[in-house]
Amino acid sequence: MISRRKFLKNTALGIAGMGISLSALEIIDPRKLFAEVAADKAAVRWAFLVDTYKCVGCGLCVKACKEENEVPYDANVTRTWVERYVLTKTGKLYADTPKGARDGFTTDKIDLNADGIKDISKEGIEKAFFVPKLCNQCDNPPCVQVCPVGATYQAADGVVLVDRKWCIGCGYCIMGCPYGVRFFHPVHHTAEKCNFCYHRITKGLKSACVQACPFGARQIGNIKDPNDPVTVAIRTQRVGVLKSEYGTKPQVYYIGLDEEVR
Amino acid sequence: MKNHVLRPLFVVIGIVVLILLARIVIVPKDFGIGERGYMYAWYRKSNEEDWKKFKVKYMGREYCKDCHSDKYDAIKQTPHAAIQCENCHGPANDAVSEHPSDQRPKLVIDKSRAHCLRCHFPLPYPTSARLKIRGIDPDKHNPDMECSTCHNPHQPMEGLK
Amino acid sequence: MVHGELWTVKELFVTPNEYIYWSIQIVMYPFMTGLVAGAFVLSSLYHVFGIQQLKDMARFALVFSFALLFAAPMPIVLHLQFPFRGVEIFMTPHFTSAIAAFGIVFFTYGAIVASELWFLYRKHFVEVSLALREKQDRTLGEQIRYLIFCTLTLGVYDISEESLHRDEKAIKFLAALGIPVACFLHGYAGFIFGSVKANALWMTPLMPVIFIMSAIVSGIALCMLTYIVAMEIRKYLAKRKRAAYAGLQSQDQLKSVEISVIQMTAKYLLAFLVAAISLEILDLIFRGYTALKSWDVLRSVIYDRDFKTIFLMQYGIGNLVPLILFLIPGITIRRAVLGVLLVLFGVFMMRWNVVIGGQAFSLTFAGYMHYHLPIVPHDWETVKEGLVGAIAIFIMPFALFTVISKIFPVFETQKAR
Ligand code: HEC
Ligand code: HEC
Ligand code: HEC
Ligand code: HEC
Repeated sequence: MISRRKFLKNTALGIAGMGISLSALEIIDPRKLFAEVAADKAAVRWAFLVDTYKCVGCGLCVKACKEENEVPYDANVTRTWVERYVLTKTGKLYADTPKGARDGFTTDKIDLNADGIKDISKEGIEKAFFVPKLCNQCDNPPCVQVCPVGATYQAADGVVLVDRKWCIGCGYCIMGCPYGVRFFHPVHHTAEKCNFCYHRITKGLKSACVQACPFGARQIGNIKDPNDPVTVAIRTQRVGVLKSEYGTKPQVYYIGLDEEVR
Repeated sequence: MKNHVLRPLFVVIGIVVLILLARIVIVPKDFGIGERGYMYAWYRKSNEEDWKKFKVKYMGREYCKDCHSDKYDAIKQTPHAAIQCENCHGPANDAVSEHPSDQRPKLVIDKSRAHCLRCHFPLPYPTSARLKIRGIDPDKHNPDMECSTCHNPHQPMEGLK
Repeated sequence: MVHGELWTVKELFVTPNEYIYWSIQIVMYPFMTGLVAGAFVLSSLYHVFGIQQLKDMARFALVFSFALLFAAPMPIVLHLQFPFRGVEIFMTPHFTSAIAAFGIVFFTYGAIVASELWFLYRKHFVEVSLALREKQDRTLGEQIRYLIFCTLTLGVYDISEESLHRDEKAIKFLAALGIPVACFLHGYAGFIFGSVKANALWMTPLMPVIFIMSAIVSGIALCMLTYIVAMEIRKYLAKRKRAAYAGLQSQDQLKSVEISVIQMTAKYLLAFLVAAISLEILDLIFRGYTALKSWDVLRSVIYDRDFKTIFLMQYGIGNLVPLILFLIPGITIRRAVLGVLLVLFGVFMMRWNVVIGGQAFSLTFAGYMHYHLPIVPHDWETVKEGLVGAIAIFIMPFALFTVISKIFPVFETQKAR
């Protein structure tokens, strides 16, 4: 993370430098430029931290998210969900997320969708855990890149939003997301996604899922504030991100991420 | 007209001009490029405000403190302290009404066994915190009864019947 | 119900929001643009490279390509959740998206085809409108016709030798310009898929090239088919009316023209077909050889789940059989018809296997999704994104062609001569 901050600082300085040298040609007020750099320092960049060790798979975050964000409760889509991974002693992986874990995991059987229900003996389990998923608010969001009309965008604080009045519903962003967080809203019929509860975080509240989680498995913070507990945790602990090979630079960090997590 | 060859081109230019004129009318005034540049922020600026105006529904336990101080204080002493009231009672506000000013739907009380089993179904998963929550076998632990007939969720082990 | 839930069956580990969002209409979309591009390239072979045997076909292919042009964006429109917001692609285009380019490329291409047609038929427009102008008491129908044709002349009534010569030069220029644009139009349709890095099956730089090749194949095949049908009708008419109109070509004359055109076109069909298959096989081999993380799930989709649609229907029935049919010397009309029908089917299956096949596995690489095409419609969604919608889209260019050919007569010019 330190290198990241350094990078940001250097770019900011570099841009400022360029601006100043340009100001010789084009009259730019250097004071204004510095003010922008300063503003950038004070600015917010939301980031998320998930501790998979703490998650118990109760699904209360999913429930809260759906109610808070008016995603129809019984529709089989959700902005956030929890996955269960069960690795057996024979080296097999079973994973499921029935209804996105809206009702938690109240059985030890694995839901294999059309392949039925799989019973796994307690003794056969080598390791098993829960992984909450949500939008990664990537630094290079591929979903935004592919929107043909500018109906989805990244706000200055890093959150990717969808304009429900402008979305044409082509579904390209849904296809473009490597994390499968997007879907069509069953009522509004526009593309829909987690936005870290933008209406809450901009009011100083926590995201609904963060507030709902009794175990502190979910945390949200401002990664530009060096004293933010989330920033500290990301800096000082071993964290991972999902599918970094896509170059999306996701901003949801995971503690205790397993190789098997997709 | 000597050079008729350019006629179709004029038609095309005419159509392009029409499209550009239509843009002036149709495109919202605040549509433009934001801080992340054209690639990541080509959008209608006022949409940010639209989202900020979205209604907050989960108020958090501090909101209940003054009126339901008994529950608030009671649950603090138990292992359930970490659980938000609204996890079991639903959001204080919803899209149409607000608790308590709007008395119509009193807040829900989720008494279902399934609700308690979200955490208390035994899943002794190694490497997961779920391992540490004491579970009960729902088929054996007083089946066919709501948990709250015996356990007061705000003080789960108090006054067990 | 959630969009996509109706026709998606999930198996094993699939994340909650994954459905087959891009369904039959997105299969139709590259199929139709492919036909447009292919038809245009075929017509340009004559106009630009002067391949004389294609003369008869060229004019026809151009008009047909124009009819297809209007049908090509329809699948997308039917697919959109908000069809009326579609104009936003022109209003606030976001060019980092492959779909945004659609507006511009499609418009450019449409302008080129329309202009080329205008030069090709300018003489005809002038003649018709002049003839109608002379007429004293025009009926309402004739009046409308007169107005349409007057507008179509764009105010130019000069049909001297010199100006017609200029027309020909313009046609040649436009036809040449059109080839790269047609390839671009379709190549970018491939780019829409090839650039989706989230999709392991789609992401390959070969995608646009594969799409162009198979587009040309399908375009040629459709032109051949429509040409044969049109010729059969003419032969039938010739048989009946020969007594009345001695000027008409005889049935045998027509037949020999037909066979030679078909023979010639079939050669080009074969060449592009071989190119398309080679590229696709190359892609497959490469994926197997490099065996990235996604290969396990891709292999199970390609060689197991979708084996029938890929190897049997696409490569077997759609590619190999017609290849053999066309390679056997001494082609007959009947064999050609069967051949081109199978080729069209093969290209359609290729689109299917790309679009639906690309969504047959989950982002988790540990689950699958099956697509069930809605056949009997029971609401608007199953009409537009079901069998009915697809068939409607497929019929549309033929219906349009009958209308458009009233303004751009495809065959009558020969009669006039
Ligand atoms: C301004 C005071 C006030 C606040 C704040 C408040 N409540 Fe209430 N609540 C009431 C009143 C008054 C009733 C109605 C009592 C009744 O009718 O028996 C009520 C009823 C309820 C009931 C239903 C009781 C029943 O018997 O049906 C629940 C559950 C409840 N509140 C939970 C909450 C929760 C959870 C919060 C915090 C998110 C909260 N309340 C915040 C005043 C308040
Ligand atoms: C684990 C779930 C759970 C949590 C957490 C919880 N409650 Fe309850 N609450 C219940 C249940 C179940 C009942 C119904 C009890 C019963 O039937 O006796 C109830 C009943 C109530 C009632 C009505 C009680 C009565 O006696 O009429 C109020 C008010 C209430 N809760 C407030 C709160 C407040 C405030 C909080 C947060 C400090 C809270 N609850 C936290 C499950 C919960
Ligand atoms: C969000 C998860 C969660 C939910 C939902 C939940 N509990 Fe608990 N419960 C806990 C945790 C964590 C503990 C402490 C576990 C331990 O120490 O073993 C606990 C402890 C208990 C205990 C033992 C308390 C003690 O003092 O030893 C009882 C009884 C209990 N819960 C009953 C219930 C009932 C009844 C419900 C449904 C109304 C319920 N729980 C819902 C998480 C939950
Ligand atoms: C008929 C009354 C009754 C009902 C109904 C009931 N319990 Fe209990 N429960 C008890 C009693 C009594 C104890 C303490 C004695 C024991 O350990 O069995 C207890 C203990 C527990 C404990 C602590 C276990 C431990 O090992 O310390 C948990 C957790 C618990 N119950 C959860 C639940 C849940 C969840 C439900 C609903 C699905 C439920 N109970 C329904 C009576 C009840």
